[in-house]
Amino acid sequence: MIKILKSGFYTSVQDQGRLGFAQYGVPSSGVMDQYASKFANQLLGNAKDAAVLEMTMIGAELQFLTATRIAIAGADMGATINGKAVAMFKSIKIHKNDILSFRQAKDGFRTYVAVRGGILAPQVLGSRSMLKGLTDDFKLNTGEQLHIENELTLKSAKYARLKFNGSYLQTKTLDVFKGPEFEKLTPSQVDELLQSDYQVSKFNSRMAYQLQPLIQNDLKPILTGPVLPGTVQFTPLGQLVVLMRDCQTTGGYPRVLQLTEKAIHILSQKTTADDLMFRLVAF
Amino acid sequence: MDFELRYSQYNERSILIEWPSIIDENILNDVLRFKALIETNTVKVLVNVISSYNSLLVVYGSAIDNVNDSVLSLKNWYTNEDNSAALSSRLFEIPVCYEEEFAVDLAAYAKAVSRSKDAIINLHSSVIYKVYFIGFLPGFLYLGGLPKSLHLDRKNTPDLNIKKGAVGIGGKQTGIYPQDSPGGWHIIGSSPVEFFLPQETPPCFIKAGDRVRFKVISKSEYFELKKRYANASMNPEQFLCHD
Repeated sequence: MIKILKSGFYTSVQDQGRLGFAQYGVPSSGVMDQYASKFANQLLGNAKDAAVLEMTMIGAELQFLTATRIAIAGADMGATINGKAVAMFKSIKIHKNDILSFRQAKDGFRTYVAVRGGILAPQVLGSRSMLKGLTDDFKLNTGEQLHIENELTLKSAKYARLKFNGSYLQTKTLDVFKGPEFEKLTPSQVDELLQSDYQVSKFNSRMAYQLQPLIQNDLKPILTGPVLPGTVQFTPLGQLVVLMRDCQTTGGYPRVLQLTEKAIHILSQKTTADDLMFRLVAF
Repeated sequence: MDFELRYSQYNERSILIEWPSIIDENILNDVLRFKALIETNTVKVLVNVISSYNSLLVVYGSAIDNVNDSVLSLKNWYTNEDNSAALSSRLFEIPVCYEEEFAVDLAAYAKAVSRSKDAIINLHSSVIYKVYFIGFLPGFLYLGGLPKSLHLDRKNTPDLNIKKGAVGIGGKQTGIYPQDSPGGWHIIGSSPVEFFLPQETPPCFIKAGDRVRFKVISKSEYFELKKRYANASMNPEQFLCHD
């Protein structure tokens, strides 16, 4: 068991998300930064879809009531165990009653804690990812306890030797494909869209990131159509809205760009006022 | 059915297929027929096939190696004459209470469309709607077939908390909010039915291509049904009409 001593700013259980339920209007959810979370799971020999803790901006304080192994990846939140600094990006032994604490994120916005065997939060529609309106709660609360595998019952895993490539945490460039409505933009709108410097607005969440400034446009709404995480919508007011993991399955705004998988990881590590630009890439 | 379709790669793992951009039952049937073919014939791992009025988004479990090959297989399935299986379209009758307690926007809406409340209720509950797709929220049905005289653009400023069960009108569409949510539709009633049950397989008992008719119920019937659905598991069969 893990006891949440402090929940931090926004800590939730996430896995690879709900697959196959989009036709019922269910968002995919799952970890925002799949690169960091997969890396942490790999270090422990966990399954790719093992559930992890996703911490946002200010990390949590956790007490382990069971001995286990953990790995931390993503933004640096100054992790300590019983007050002593601890390394990220490696498999760490945890003793019973150890207290793992985090502070504010540096060089990024989201940090992942993987635990041997994964976090055993309840499954809803095949996923442990927390989502408002679908799971009992959408984030963890102080005092709550989470089930984990008992270390003694787990077979020993091969602890992978891997190198975390953290350069994406500093990247400001989001690689994008043309979206379905890209062709409806005029050449000057294309130039403005691709050559502007953007900042993340204060409206950024697991559902979407809004960018500023506004870009004037005269695109008409479309007949409501499918969208995915990474879809960049262009509203009549000129707002660019980048959909993220908890986004709806359909939308009516023109879809002008689509982030690459890697660009979604990059954006997941950005917060209010961070600088961004787009770079158009081909398939 | 043979429409001119547009195929394009959407991201590393997805292909978007688009029909002409109109709301039309023939297009919907063709979209759903193709969706079923893709689900049956695809060899690669499929994560999702998302349908809407005039498009399908095919999301694979891994990156597409050669998009031309993938599009070619899709095109072959679409044009193969043997693949024109008939689609089922079940009819459900859904109880709705249009009384004042739930119909929070009915008075203002009646004024805007210049009809009496009774005329609106009669009209809204007299037609059969087509379920085009499910989107926006888990279990939110996009229903087509709203009589023209009931069309009204959605509100300029969305309401922050529309209650679960609320029956609304937004533009040419009508629908039911399956959970509390912000939204810009005009609310004219409420249904006690649960439209999304995550513990059931599938979680929605109505699917795209089905049809829906509303049945007027009183406030006491509403509360009675609401209690019944909360206490026992709701059997969706009871809403099925054998037409």
